[in-house]
Amino acid sequence: MAQTTLTTKPEEEILILRPTHGWAALNLRDLWVYRELIYFLSWRDVKVRYKQTALGVAWAIIQPFFTMVVFTIFFGKLAKVPTNDVPPPIFYMTGLLPWGLFTKAITDAGHSLVMNRSMITKVYFPRLAIPIASVLGGLVDFVIAFAILVGMILYYNYAPGSTYHVATTRLVWTLPLFLLLDIITSLGVGLWLSALNVNYRDINYILPFLTQFWLFITPIAYPASLIPAEWQLIYSLNPMTGVVEGFRWAFLGAGTPPSPMLAVSTTISIIVLISGLFYFRRMEQTFADMV
Amino acid sequence: MTDLAIRAEDLGKRFRIGITQDSYRTLRDSLSEAAKAPFRAFRSKSRNSNRGNSINTIWALKNVSFDVHKGQVLGIIGRNGAGKSTLLKILSRVTEPTEGMVEIHGRVGSLLEVGTGFHPELTGRENIYLNGAILGMKRSEIERKFDEMVAFSEVEQFIDTPVKRYSSGMYLRLAFAVAAHLEPEILVVDEVLAVGDAEFQRKCLGKMSDVAQEGRTVLFVSHNMSAILRLTEEALVLDRGRLVMRAPTQQAVDYYLTSGFTQTGERIWTDDEIPAEAAPFCPISLKLFDSRHIVVDTLRSVEPAIIEVEYALDAPITGLRVGVYLMTTRGEQIFTTFDTDSHENFERYSVRPVGRYVSRCVIPADLLNEGRYILGLNASSFRVRRYFQDEYALTFSLDGTGAPGMQWPEPRLGPLRPRLEWQIEERK
Repeated sequence: MAQTTLTTKPEEEILILRPTHGWAALNLRDLWVYRELIYFLSWRDVKVRYKQTALGVAWAIIQPFFTMVVFTIFFGKLAKVPTNDVPPPIFYMTGLLPWGLFTKAITDAGHSLVMNRSMITKVYFPRLAIPIASVLGGLVDFVIAFAILVGMILYYNYAPGSTYHVATTRLVWTLPLFLLLDIITSLGVGLWLSALNVNYRDINYILPFLTQFWLFITPIAYPASLIPAEWQLIYSLNPMTGVVEGFRWAFLGAGTPPSPMLAVSTTISIIVLISGLFYFRRMEQTFADMV
Repeated sequence: MTDLAIRAEDLGKRFRIGITQDSYRTLRDSLSEAAKAPFRAFRSKSRNSNRGNSINTIWALKNVSFDVHKGQVLGIIGRNGAGKSTLLKILSRVTEPTEGMVEIHGRVGSLLEVGTGFHPELTGRENIYLNGAILGMKRSEIERKFDEMVAFSEVEQFIDTPVKRYSSGMYLRLAFAVAAHLEPEILVVDEVLAVGDAEFQRKCLGKMSDVAQEGRTVLFVSHNMSAILRLTEEALVLDRGRLVMRAPTQQAVDYYLTSGFTQTGERIWTDDEIPAEAAPFCPISLKLFDSRHIVVDTLRSVEPAIIEVEYALDAPITGLRVGVYLMTTRGEQIFTTFDTDSHENFERYSVRPVGRYVSRCVIPADLLNEGRYILGLNASSFRVRRYFQDEYALTFSLDGTGAPGMQWPEPRLGPLRPRLEWQIEERK
C-alpha cells in the first residue's frame, strides 16, 4: 500500500486480529498503554476493601498485629524458638509484613479474573492489568502495617524500662529491593493461580490451604538458621525464604546476610514470574470464553 | 490508499460445548465439571483427543467475510444465537477468532454493555473514572469530558453518592453517559438500547445518530428494527453463524422479519405452540383471503381482503375480544382492531360461551400501500387478562398494481395509500 500522508492520518494504527496458536509474545507495550487502568483498578480494590466494615482500615493492622501477638506467646514464650537476638514481637512482625503482602496478593490475584468476569467478557484491555492491580492494591495494607512496625521499634527503643534496643542497620536502603522481590514473587504466583482459576475453580479451595502450608515452610515463626545446613539449599527453593530472610536482614541486620540461599530464592522468584507471564498470555486467549 | 475501516475474511469462531462424554453440555456445565473433577476432565480429554473436531463443538460463526468503509454505519441483525454478539466480541478483541482474520484501521471502542466494571460501593464520580479507564480513555480525557458526562446523565446532585443507592434509571444514564463520550474511530455497539425506559432509549438513539453523523464508523447490533432502520444505511443479516445477506437496511430488515415466517397467508397453531396460560382460549388459525376467498400471501391493493381468526373456547369468557394488529416490516404500527369493537357485538358477546368460533373482518380496498406487512393476533379481556398474543403471526405482501399514482414508478412513503378524491379547480 502506498503511503500517502495527505489522506491517511500518520498515526493510524492497523490492527490484525487472527487466531494465535501456542505461546504468544508478552506484548508489554500494550500493558504500558493501559497503565492508568492498572492504577484505577488497584485504587478501586483499595477503596472498596474496607467499605461497610465497622473497623475499616484498622483491619490492615489487626491481622498482622494479632498474629504477631499469638506467635510471641506460643513460639516465643512457650516454645522458646530462637529469634536471632531480636525481640520476638519485632522478629515476627518483620516476617509477617512481607508475608502478609504475599498472601493477600496471591489470594486476591487468584480470585481476580473470576471476580472481574463481567469486564473480561465485555471489554478489551490487557488482561494482565487485573492480577497486577490486585497485587499492587495490597501495598496500601503493607504501608499501614509497616507504620505499626516502625511504631513498635520506637516503643522498644524509647519506652522507659525497655530492656531491648532495636537497631536498624546501615543496609536498610536495600529494603525496597526486598519489597520488590516480594512483589515479583507475589505476582509470579498470583499470575499462575489467576490463570488456572479460570479453568479450574479448584484454586478457590487450594488457596487457603496453600497459604497455610506455605507459612510453615517460610521462616516467619522461626529463623532460617534453624534449618540444618544440608537442607538449606532445598529450603531456599521456596522463594519466600529469600524474601522474608532478606527483609529481616535489611531491616534489622539479623540472620543470614545475602548468600547463595538468597540467590536461589531470587532465581526461583524470577522464573516463577516469567513462566507465569507466559502461561497467563497463553491462557488469556480463552479467558473470555471460559471464565 | 484505502478508506477501509474493517476487513473480515473467513471469520470463524468455534465453541466447545463439552469436553466430557455427554454430547449436549453447556459451556458452563463443562466448566463446573472441570472445576469439580479436574482429574476426570484430564482423562476424558486425552481419551477424546483423537476425535478432533467432534460433535462437542459448535461454530458460532463460520466463513464470515465483509468489509466496512470509513464513516459507514452498518447494522447487524439476526435471531438469538445467530452469532451477532460473537462477531462484535471478535471485533472488539474480547475474544479471538478460531479461524480467519480481521484487519482494523483505527481505534476501536466497544460498547457491548453499559456500565462495565461499575462498582456499587463507589460513587458516581469514582465510577466515571473507573469505567472510563476500562473503556480505554485516558485520565486527562475523562477529566476534560467529566462535566459533560455528568450533565448528560442528569445525576448532578447524586454524583458523590454510591451508585448502589441510585435508581436503575439513574444508573443506566450515568453508565451510558460515560460510554457515549468515548471517541474512537470505530464504534462497536451491542444491544445497549434494549434496557431502560423509552426516554432513555430516545436519548441513546439521539446520541448514536450524532456519532453516526460525525462520520465515524459504527457497527450496531439491535433487535429494535426501527432503531436499525433509523441509524444504519446498510445491514448484515446473520443466521446460525453464517452471513446470509448484506443489503441496504430496509431490504435486510424485510428479509430478516419475513424469513422463517409462514409465507402462505395462513398461520395454524399446533397444540405444542399454545402456552398453558392461554386456556380456556385456544387459537386454531389466522387466515388471509383475497376477494375470491382463496388463501393468499399476496394481496392486491385495489381489492378488499378478508382476515379470519378461528379459535375455540373451553370455558365461557366474559368480555373477550379477539383481534389483530397490523404493522409494516419496518416496525410501524398501522392499526389494531377487535371483533367486539362495534357496540352491537360488544353487547351481544359480553359473555362468550364454550364453542368453536370464527371472527372475520374485511380490509377495504385502496387502503394500504405496497410493501410487506405483519399480522399479529391478540385475545384478551380488557383490564382482566391477556389470553393469547402472537405479534408476528403471519406476513403478507401487498401488490400495488392499479393503486392511485402508479403511473409514477416511485416508492411512496407511508404504509397507507388511500384512494382520495382530488378536485382540481382552476382559479382565474
